[in-house]
Amino acid sequence: MYESTWMFCLKRILTLPFVLLGVSILTFVFIRFVPVEPAEVMLRMARVAPTAEAIQALREELGTDKPFLLQYLLWVKGILHLDFGTSFVSKLPVAHELFAKLPATIELAVASFVLILGLSLPLGIISALYKHSIIDKIIRLLTIMSISIPTFWLGFLLLYLFSLKLGLFPTNGKGTLAHLVLPAFTLALPTIGLFVQFIRSTIIEELQQQYVQYAQLRGLKNSVILVRHVLRNAIIPLTTLLGMTLGNLLGGAVIVEQVFSWPGLGRYLIESIMNRDYPVVQCYVIIIAVIYVLVNLCTDVLHRLLDPHLMMKGRRA
Amino acid sequence: MSLVRKENVYVKRLFSLTLLLIIGLLGLFAPIIMPHDPLAIDISKKFLGPSLDYPLGTDHLGRCVWSRMLLGIRYSLGSALIIQIVAILLAVLLGAFVALKRGLIDFLFIRICDILLAFPTLVLAFGLLGLLGPSLKNVFIALIFTQLVYYSRWIRGLFIGMNEKGFIQAARISGTSGIKLIMRHYIPNLLPPIVTIVVLDIGKVILEIAGFSFIGLGVHAPIPEWGMMVNEGKQYIRQHPELMLYPGLAIVLVVLLLNHLASSFKKLGQ
Repeated sequence: MYESTWMFCLKRILTLPFVLLGVSILTFVFIRFVPVEPAEVMLRMARVAPTAEAIQALREELGTDKPFLLQYLLWVKGILHLDFGTSFVSKLPVAHELFAKLPATIELAVASFVLILGLSLPLGIISALYKHSIIDKIIRLLTIMSISIPTFWLGFLLLYLFSLKLGLFPTNGKGTLAHLVLPAFTLALPTIGLFVQFIRSTIIEELQQQYVQYAQLRGLKNSVILVRHVLRNAIIPLTTLLGMTLGNLLGGAVIVEQVFSWPGLGRYLIESIMNRDYPVVQCYVIIIAVIYVLVNLCTDVLHRLLDPHLMMKGRRA
Repeated sequence: MSLVRKENVYVKRLFSLTLLLIIGLLGLFAPIIMPHDPLAIDISKKFLGPSLDYPLGTDHLGRCVWSRMLLGIRYSLGSALIIQIVAILLAVLLGAFVALKRGLIDFLFIRICDILLAFPTLVLAFGLLGLLGPSLKNVFIALIFTQLVYYSRWIRGLFIGMNEKGFIQAARISGTSGIKLIMRHYIPNLLPPIVTIVVLDIGKVILEIAGFSFIGLGVHAPIPEWGMMVNEGKQYIRQHPELMLYPGLAIVLVVLLLNHLASSFKKLGQ
């Protein structure tokens, strides 16, 4: 029984290098599709006339005149030493700047995640227990609303209402808890909607299982059945949503950071895209992919460890 | 009792569907029913309130907001519809092909998907748009591509699941193959889940198109896409909040109707 789980983990871990290799090749090739010559962009940035000689000299300096494969190998060698190249704009190492912005985005994502769990668990449970009641209908209306609202628009409405009209929260910047409330809520909302729907339907499904009837026949209190049996089974499938949640949070952060002027990775990405600062875009994409792949690996393993049904299946196979 | 409930689902679905059709027709005939040219700038008429001539007033450049909203249906709902249809058609072709071929092609397909799915969808789309540059055409490319990765892999799974079914094997043994096998036996059985996902994701795509416009990676300024209109209206949020309210509400309404329609499809499928 345990072996099969270990085999599963081993297999997943062994595919990791291949996926990362693919990610690195893809990111590298993508950048070459850009219709602009990096050397030319850099010269224009530095306000130097992009003559043919100047471009050639800079290409030699950057190493972009070398054969394609050699460029790729040098680039990968750099990455393994955490050297992601130099920003066209600031002339500083890209990794240095990106890692400096990372904590702000992590702060926002963690706060959103706390909100997601803290709000969707009680709402989903109430909605399932009082199925088809008026409170369930209200919760379901709110959840379908929450996944239909554009986050940036909601962000502006919240800013308008709570910051400009009521003056309860600061309009932008970061630092205190009050700064965090609106952006974290805006970022969390669509995912909260998905979580509530998911929790509601899993709990309703679990409540129809025979073990619930059996527990009731044994005379257990409803609250005990709910906490000890139903919730335990209903929470396990939630782990499958974690990967998607991270994707939503990282992607959504790009937009939310823009609305609330949050000094994180997402805002830096947009700034760099506008400046055609390709090394930054490249580095951002790689960092996000690595985080995403590792988290997905962890949730797969976690799900496997938590769910006895899957272990049994593994043993039978 | 169960019949009544089912009837109820039909009525509700009909309601969303009718409203969506009306909105779609408004978008289709927008050039005819627009009271003004949505791009015509007249600074002397800026920030007018609602009137008979300008049903929703005018924006900061004196353009008719109602006309812009009408034309915006094409850019928001219309674009999302086209993106979804193209993506799902390509995905069915690709997914069916690898699922029926199996072997090396299937293996390579899965590996490439694994690599592409290593990026969160939105991040992949941001990256693509960042490299290609902002334009409506590139929004189409980025979104069709990211949807295609998900759909084709999912459809491959659906097809492989069907391979085992008795009636498929019976059809194969009786000599049905190729296009006929796919069109006659696979597609009719897979249509309900595919339609549900496509309808559900139209809403998601509308939100994404709007999000791209907002951060400046989507359509260009004069185009009255709803996300772009919110973006233009946001500077006047203090004096004229209605300028960003109208297009935002339009997005919410359309996406809400689509989500409702998709959820009743789901119920019917069960």
